Amino acid sequence: MAPTRTLQLVRRLITAPTVGPFIALVATMAFFSLKTDRFFQAQNFSLVLQQVMIVGVLAIGQTLVILTAGIDLSVGTVMALGQVIMTKLAVANGVPVLPALGLGILTCVGFGVLHGGLVTGVRLPPFIITLGTLNIAFALTHIISNDLTFTGLPKLELFWGRTFTISGTDFTYGVVLMLVLYALAWYGLNQTAWGRHVYATGDNREAARLTGINTDRVLLSVYTLAGLTYGIAAWLLIGRTQVGDPNAGQTTENLDSITAVVLGGTSLFGGRGTVIGTLIGALIVGVFRNGLTLIGVSVIYQYLVTGILVILAVSVDQLLHRRNG
Amino acid sequence: MSSPKPLLAAHGLVKKYGQVVALSGADFELYPGEILAIIGDNGAGKSTLIKALSGALQPDEGEISLGGERIHFRSPRDAQRAGIETVYQDLAVAPALDIASNVFLGRETRRRGPLGSLLRLLDKRGMRREARRQFEELGIGVQSIGEAVGNLSGGQRQGVAVARAAAWARRLVIMDEPTAALGVKETGQVIDLIKRVRERGLPVILISHDMPHVFELADRIHIMRLGRRVAVVTPKTHTMPEAVAIMTGATPSELDNALTKEGSAE
Repeated sequence: MAPTRTLQLVRRLITAPTVGPFIALVATMAFFSLKTDRFFQAQNFSLVLQQVMIVGVLAIGQTLVILTAGIDLSVGTVMALGQVIMTKLAVANGVPVLPALGLGILTCVGFGVLHGGLVTGVRLPPFIITLGTLNIAFALTHIISNDLTFTGLPKLELFWGRTFTISGTDFTYGVVLMLVLYALAWYGLNQTAWGRHVYATGDNREAARLTGINTDRVLLSVYTLAGLTYGIAAWLLIGRTQVGDPNAGQTTENLDSITAVVLGGTSLFGGRGTVIGTLIGALIVGVFRNGLTLIGVSVIYQYLVTGILVILAVSVDQLLHRRNG
Repeated sequence: MSSPKPLLAAHGLVKKYGQVVALSGADFELYPGEILAIIGDNGAGKSTLIKALSGALQPDEGEISLGGERIHFRSPRDAQRAGIETVYQDLAVAPALDIASNVFLGRETRRRGPLGSLLRLLDKRGMRREARRQFEELGIGVQSIGEAVGNLSGGQRQGVAVARAAAWARRLVIMDEPTAALGVKETGQVIDLIKRVRERGLPVILISHDMPHVFELADRIHIMRLGRRVAVVTPKTHTMPEAVAIMTGATPSELDNALTKEGSAE
């Protein structure tokens, strides 16, 4: 290989946007490996992946939204609503499992369409829209479930929690689905024209419009697809918890999904970021929570740490943004 | 000098924003092969006129014709389909995307066969090759076509925008203050580019505040004042101070005379 090509390759590796987050992930893992023997074990990694899978899938939708310079505060409650609809219909209303799942996913997609419609049609800031739908979905979840937890669920609803074994370590099918969804999102963003248009719209909506891109259609597609990921996350959540719980997904998921995106190097200003970075960001959040639990730090301190983490990551983003103009 | 039939013409364009009248019956003609400069004070209606011609906004009244046919642009996309490309001051490049992606933004080509039609896979290599050819033709030196536009200098960025416009324009190119944000050397590069675009046979509409450049480049100069065209001069018939005087209203132009007559008739 010619020296210039090697140099180029090295330069690209150093400047690749996922390098920073990846180093942070390795450092975090190294830290917890030194702190406790129980961390660096295949079975524990499998557990981290299972814990990450819900936030990981939500964070795909969140990445799309943030790439367009938006934000979605409703991810956790919309997922909870979808999950309650799926389980209640199947258990309490005797709806067959496929329509029950379909209606749950459709509800989440509906919220996505609503977000997209309000962002493009009424031109409201996503922050306010999703703050509103956060409350709407929260209320609907409790109204529809009557604060009951649904158990005795059909097998298909629990499917993503089932495991298979590779050389002694259990993995859930849900983790596989999460990785497949990441691959699909990567493909869409990097290998299709739609992806280019998402980046361009997030970078500068007016400039993208003047270029001839139908930015309203791009935004609508982004919010709708985000809604779809929340619906899929709802199904995964049932697999993970094995019940339909109205109180699930209402506390840490919202902030964790945003933290994952920002830690993964996606800019809150839109137009910059990668979905692979988000996966790494979600893993950082997962490793932190898992590691802190293993070394016996109480849950309250985990909130403290994730809060500090997200502010740090956003500060770095702001500084980089200012430097690049 | 100019041939009798204008390529792009507008008549009686009116655009109001509430109480503010941005265009008050503006006329416009662009002839084949020329560089037409549009000058005017701030708020004279230059940008509004350009936006009407490039489909970025719709005039309330008046008509526009391209090659003798009436046209109605409802979006920038419509104007692009008709062969009109616009370069904006500092807009319309996506810094996070690479040069080739910017040149092809909104017009991406897909791979042939099922990879493109079913999987919607982009033909990245083809787009890079085509963008590189375009840059060589226009004499723009860029190290790597895969470089993110955000890493380029202001002049190079504007070069990307001009190359993009030149690559796709079939009828004409509109440039809105293409050098406003640039340094002296970079401005010179963009001016050379504009000349090269004309050499390709594409007429150019150039909006600029920079009088020396206007007088260096333009075949004709369209002067806007108070939302309409008050005069069309050429660098041969008028001096720079004369053009500025018409622009600021210091010299009563034909229109001012007409207005005075209307006023006294009332």
